[in-house]
Amino acid sequence: MRINDLLLKTVVRIVVFIILTLAIYLFFAGHYSPGGGFIGGLVIASAFVLLYLTYDLETVQKGIPVDFKVVAAIGVLLAVGTGFGSVLFGVDFLTQTAHHFNLPLVGDKELGTVMIFELGVALTVVGVVMTIITSIAEGDED
Amino acid sequence: MIKAVLGLALLFFSITIVICLYRAIKGPTLPDRVIALDTIGVNLLSMVAIISLLQETTAYLEVILILGILSFIGTIAFSKFIERGVIIERKSDR
Repeated sequence: MRINDLLLKTVVRIVVFIILTLAIYLFFAGHYSPGGGFIGGLVIASAFVLLYLTYDLETVQKGIPVDFKVVAAIGVLLAVGTGFGSVLFGVDFLTQTAHHFNLPLVGDKELGTVMIFELGVALTVVGVVMTIITSIAEGDED
Repeated sequence: MIKAVLGLALLFFSITIVICLYRAIKGPTLPDRVIALDTIGVNLLSMVAIISLLQETTAYLEVILILGILSFIGTIAFSKFIERGVIIERKSDR
C-alpha cells in the first residue's frame, strides 16, 4: 500500500532544526535559568525520535552514522573527567570554576568548567535515550 | 478587567479539557481518542500561556515550546500507529 506523507516529511525537515535550535538554547540557558544539560539532551533526543518516526531506521542511520552507545560512553567520560580534572589541581572531586572572558562579538561572558560537565550529561542522555528507543524499535518483529 | 477575562478563559479551557478527557476515556474509536489527546495538549498549552500572562512572567515560555513539541511528536506517533500499525519502521517499502 502506497501512503502519501509528503506533507509530514516536508514539515519535519524544517521542524527538526527548530527543535535542535531550542535544545542548544536550553543547554546554554541552564546556567542561571531553567534548562541545562539533561533537558537539552532530552530535547535533542526528541528531535531524533521525530526523524525516526517520519523516516525509517535505515534511512536515518545512513544520514546520522553515529553509534549512540559510543556517544553515551563519551558523555560519561567527559562528565567524570571534569571531576578528576579538579583533583589534578589539588582541590576536591567535582570542584568547578568559572572565569570572565572578553570574547569578540559577544562581549563579556562567564565561561566555566561546569559547561564541560553539562556537555557530558547531555551526550549521555542522548546516547542512552536513543539506544533504548532504537532497541525497542528493532525488537518488534512481525 | 483583563484579569477577569483571563480568569474566565482559564475556566473555559478547564471545562474543554474535562470534556476532552471524557472523549479520550469513553471514545468509541481510536481516532476519537487521538484527537481528544491532541486537543488536551493544545488547551494545556493555552492555559500555560494565560497563566504566564496573569503572573506577568516569561519563565513559562520554554514550557510552552517543549509541551508543543511533545504534543506534536505524540500526535504523529499515534497517527502513524493508526495508519500502519508500527511506529518506527525498519525499512519503508517505498
